[in-house]
Amino acid sequence: MPGPLLRVRDLVTSFRTAEGTVRAVDQVSFQVDAGASLGIVGESGCGKSVSALSILRLVPSPPGQIESGAIELEGRDLLGLSSAEMRAIRGNEISMVFQEPMTSLNPVYTVGWQIVEAIRLHQKRGRRDAWARAVEMLQLVGIPSPETNARAYPHQLSGGMRQRVMIAMAIACEPKLLLADEPTTALDVTIQAQILATLRELRQRLGMSLILITHDLGVVAEHTDHVVVMYAARVVESAPVASIFARPRHPYTRGLLESIPRPRAAGDEAVRRRLTTIEGLVPDLRHLPPGCRFADRCPMRVDACGEKEPDLRAVPDDAGAHESRCLRAEEM
Amino acid sequence: MVNSDPPAREGPPDSLFPSGFPPANAGSPDDLAGRTDSTRPRSRTLVAVDRLAKYFPVERGWFTREERFVRAVDGVSLRVRRGETLGLVGESGCGKSTLGRLMLRLIDPTYGRILYDGKDLVPLGQTALRPLRRKMQIIFQDPYSSLNPRMTVKQIVGEAIRVHKLAASSADEARMIADLLDQVGLRRESIDRYPHEFSGGQRQRIGIARALAVQPEFIVCDEPISALDVSIQAQIVNLLQDLQERLGLTYLFISHDLKIVEHVSHQVAVMYLGRIVEQAAASDLYEHPLHPYSRALLSAVPFVDPGRRKLRVLLEGDVPSPIDPPSGCSFHPRCPRAEPGTCDASAPSLAEVVAGSGHKVACFHPLLD
Repeated sequence: MPGPLLRVRDLVTSFRTAEGTVRAVDQVSFQVDAGASLGIVGESGCGKSVSALSILRLVPSPPGQIESGAIELEGRDLLGLSSAEMRAIRGNEISMVFQEPMTSLNPVYTVGWQIVEAIRLHQKRGRRDAWARAVEMLQLVGIPSPETNARAYPHQLSGGMRQRVMIAMAIACEPKLLLADEPTTALDVTIQAQILATLRELRQRLGMSLILITHDLGVVAEHTDHVVVMYAARVVESAPVASIFARPRHPYTRGLLESIPRPRAAGDEAVRRRLTTIEGLVPDLRHLPPGCRFADRCPMRVDACGEKEPDLRAVPDDAGAHESRCLRAEEM
Repeated sequence: MVNSDPPAREGPPDSLFPSGFPPANAGSPDDLAGRTDSTRPRSRTLVAVDRLAKYFPVERGWFTREERFVRAVDGVSLRVRRGETLGLVGESGCGKSTLGRLMLRLIDPTYGRILYDGKDLVPLGQTALRPLRRKMQIIFQDPYSSLNPRMTVKQIVGEAIRVHKLAASSADEARMIADLLDQVGLRRESIDRYPHEFSGGQRQRIGIARALAVQPEFIVCDEPISALDVSIQAQIVNLLQDLQERLGLTYLFISHDLKIVEHVSHQVAVMYLGRIVEQAAASDLYEHPLHPYSRALLSAVPFVDPGRRKLRVLLEGDVPSPIDPPSGCSFHPRCPRAEPGTCDASAPSLAEVVAGSGHKVACFHPLLD
């Protein structure tokens, strides 16, 4: 059996600030199998985007720095590669799609030109050939009349179309892994559904793996196989998608799930149902508590939680591969 | 395709106030002059708009002076019942925020009427509006940019109290501010702090305290939780619902988050390209959407249940430009049920399909099966 496509082990990425060094990603581990889809969930500042940037070694340095850990693509440690070797991987073997399609495209070039540039950076193709490939990619991601739209400038396209262009650019070299950081957050729900359907289809057709970073648990439920939940720079839970939604084993995950309104029953006119909330705020990464980072917001807190931070450990589950960083995971 | 004259398209869509709405003559000047709350029974409707429209002019080109118009709101009739929440959903650019601002008369309509407690706001000048402004407030989406960074919480919340002269003394004002902070769940010690010292959720609480300072009846909540994290969204939603219950507030709740809207709303209206395409009780609308657009919109919401990956109605293409909206029903180019000759010829009006059901839809081929 082949090993995982990507394996991230004990990754620590820190940022230097005026008030000392802050770990934005703290001993994070996860892996993605070939053709699989991994969801990374968490709220702003939890470290999910920095994890993705670390994989591509795009963390701005200074102030950022990958302190320790390993990032292995098919067994090869990306952290040991030279800048030139890394450039050959970015956009070629691993691509990334960002949240803001407006700011990720160059406004003074046509979108077709920008895709051609990405292709010719990695492949020995002539201009004409690369252009044909760019048009083919635009068609693949569902852009209508791709030949005409390849000649359009970013401002002439809608937000949904721009995000499709970004995806077309990202998959033009048929990467093994696509990192999508909140790819639909800036888009309307009907456009989001189109884009996510496109990503799913591409994954099936190209056998590509996907890391989907999002705060939307609904998106995760529908589009990923395995979920990693992050909180205050740590992985707090990791599990196959079906088992995490059926039985979350960390109070934070459960709190997130419960704070989403459920569809009401037919004829139920009452609007006074309260949502379950997670009280309090995310801890300041500069002043972390000694124990569990979620302890002061946790409804299941016991004294031991405040003393020592629990390890991420396996909890028994039908599907296996379920890990939680909670002392009371078995009780949930 | 250029519309040079706003009302020339097909005029205001004819929509009639449903029964139960205060008759138009209730707002005649004579009536209003002598009206006090004790002489007239309180109507169930607090805010109503009638064939309301807002067209924004856009420059056509660099060298021409010919104007075109964005039909941001294009003939909307709605009413919000006292003490209830009307949820307004739709995609970006559909005109929902413009409609919210029109209802408070923060911007002036191109045509149409806005009735607040039976009184038409449109002809009123700024001075005449001022006492009514107190009763209508707005909570904005972005708690980072809607609070003045140079003002303390005390100044932000106290400003409206002073403008409307609601406090007898400065001690009275301080007591009112402290009460407001209690109500929205902020510590009293935060009174002298500046907005940057708070998290997003706390800032939104300051925004809510500011809105409550003038003891309003009606609050437009314009995407009040969109900028917040999931765990904080639930806190703010619960706060808004608690306040509604305690103070009898009436909300217009504008959001693109369909799950939250279902949770908070009594009635829900779906907007597309400046028009209301469907309106019904929340449970009716979510269970049995009648408009093909509503169904597509609802089916696009991802479910938090991996076992229930459901059938999705994917729409083709993007929302058309509101500058030159499609002829007839503006949804017809994307509609799976569109019929040439009907749907592209004239715009359907918003009406009940089953009389008395209160479920209104603007569609020639509603989903009745």
